[in-house]
Amino acid sequence: MKKLINSPDSVVSDALAGVAAAHPALAVDIENKVITRAGGPTPGKVGLVSGGGSGHEPLHGGFVGYGMLDAACPGEVFTSPVPDQMLAATRAVDGGAGVLHIVKNYTGDVLNFQMAAELADDDGIAVTPVVVNDDVAVQDSLYTAGRRGVGATVSVEKIAGALAERGSALAEVAAVASEVNERSRSFGVALTSCTVPAAGKPTFELGEAEIELGIGIHGEPGRQRGPLVPASEITAAALDAIHADLPLAGDLLVMVNGMGGTPLIELYVVYNEVNRYVTGKGARIARNLVGNYITSLDMQGFSITVCQLSDALTELWDAPVDTPALRWGR
Amino acid sequence: MDAAFFRAWLAEAGTVIEAQRDHLTQLDAAIGDADHGINLARGFAAIAAELQQAVTPTPGSVLVKAGATLISKVGGASGPLYGMALRSAGKSLGDSADADLPALAACLEAALAGVQKLGAAREGEKTMVDALAPAVGALQKAIAEGAPAAAALTSAAAAAADGAQATISMQALKGRASYLGPRSVGHEDPGAASTALIFGALRDVAVRQAP
Repeated sequence: MKKLINSPDSVVSDALAGVAAAHPALAVDIENKVITRAGGPTPGKVGLVSGGGSGHEPLHGGFVGYGMLDAACPGEVFTSPVPDQMLAATRAVDGGAGVLHIVKNYTGDVLNFQMAAELADDDGIAVTPVVVNDDVAVQDSLYTAGRRGVGATVSVEKIAGALAERGSALAEVAAVASEVNERSRSFGVALTSCTVPAAGKPTFELGEAEIELGIGIHGEPGRQRGPLVPASEITAAALDAIHADLPLAGDLLVMVNGMGGTPLIELYVVYNEVNRYVTGKGARIARNLVGNYITSLDMQGFSITVCQLSDALTELWDAPVDTPALRWGR
Repeated sequence: MDAAFFRAWLAEAGTVIEAQRDHLTQLDAAIGDADHGINLARGFAAIAAELQQAVTPTPGSVLVKAGATLISKVGGASGPLYGMALRSAGKSLGDSADADLPALAACLEAALAGVQKLGAAREGEKTMVDALAPAVGALQKAIAEGAPAAAALTSAAAAAADGAQATISMQALKGRASYLGPRSVGHEDPGAASTALIFGALRDVAVRQAP
């Protein structure tokens, strides 16, 4: 598998150096692997910290900026960051109003953020974690590590970020973050796996006529294998899974997200199918995103995230944002 | 067993994990995200570097420092879990300059308790606990039967290896493999495999040292 890298060991550092050079509004600490807003914390504002393995770009570094995150902690590829990173980020964004940790529900992320929050507590910084667990492909049961945090992470970061920018208190910002998570459901499909730089070959093999349904974002196999069928059927399968869990109704925020290796033209083919399916159920897509927002390196595939909107949430979604990956209203 | 013994153990563990890095990564590709070998190799290399310059006069301090290094450097679930295991083991050894066999058994029991408290895994859920728990049990049994260190640790390493093999038929109830549900059956758990390697290293250092 061909990659545009210098060496597997330097991928993350080289990429962070690129991010730093491309985005002067960001402060990138390459050694400690923390990305923050160049202007520093806003006094009196809740600071938003998120993080996770590298390989999901633009998540999370691409979402640092006005109206969204204050800091992002990139780990090694597909590996949660370490507590030191989250602690450094937490200290860096503390404006005196406390810090929100947005944590995707993976054992590693949860454990490392937990350790960091305890260390931050020693520093006297109030930290509230919110766990994102929107993936419907995994049953949330005693028999699993719980539902994965996937696409809803983007809308949680945006909407909570908007409320924090208004100066709301930590408890309220955390509450709106949880609300967005609870109103969101996601499902992903892969046409290929992905190749982790250090491994040099795809994490799993899919035949020419096979797809993987119910995938996560780390290249791992999904809920089940299926035959390659037209986009309309694949999309319907994904939306059936979402609709079965949380019936599609009212005004929706829909994200059709590319897994990294799928061209935009195909994402629009999928969006067309999503739009037809949603209106067929009597619901309405009020806001949307189509593109690469939470990826899995070079995986070909897509994920759909649906969030049931309210007037208040729509207003927060529309609020100005200025980050490398999302920019409007300014 | 003094601080040097424990440093030698960790060095040996690092060597064997580096040698088996691709194998561990392959196990993790089957039911995870293909980074276990890479992460643990990096962690143990960091331990080696840290121990070269840190002052660790006692067995306890060696393990606590090693645990803290893994927590700081590895990330993922392995960092906190293996880090907590070593940290808990180190704390259990206290300040003594030397650990006898029963103290070693007690510290490995503490490691198991630490891991189970943090990760909430029980035996049979297809995790590192499925190698660690049998190893601790076998070690205690061997000690009770009067075995000397080398023989007791050989028994522990065998139990860890058997435990890792036993994970093949289990369905994962924890961690990333749990998302696969029944599809995780038929694959050895990478955490159990690396835990078995770590016990193998402990056995090898003890055997080399045996009179």
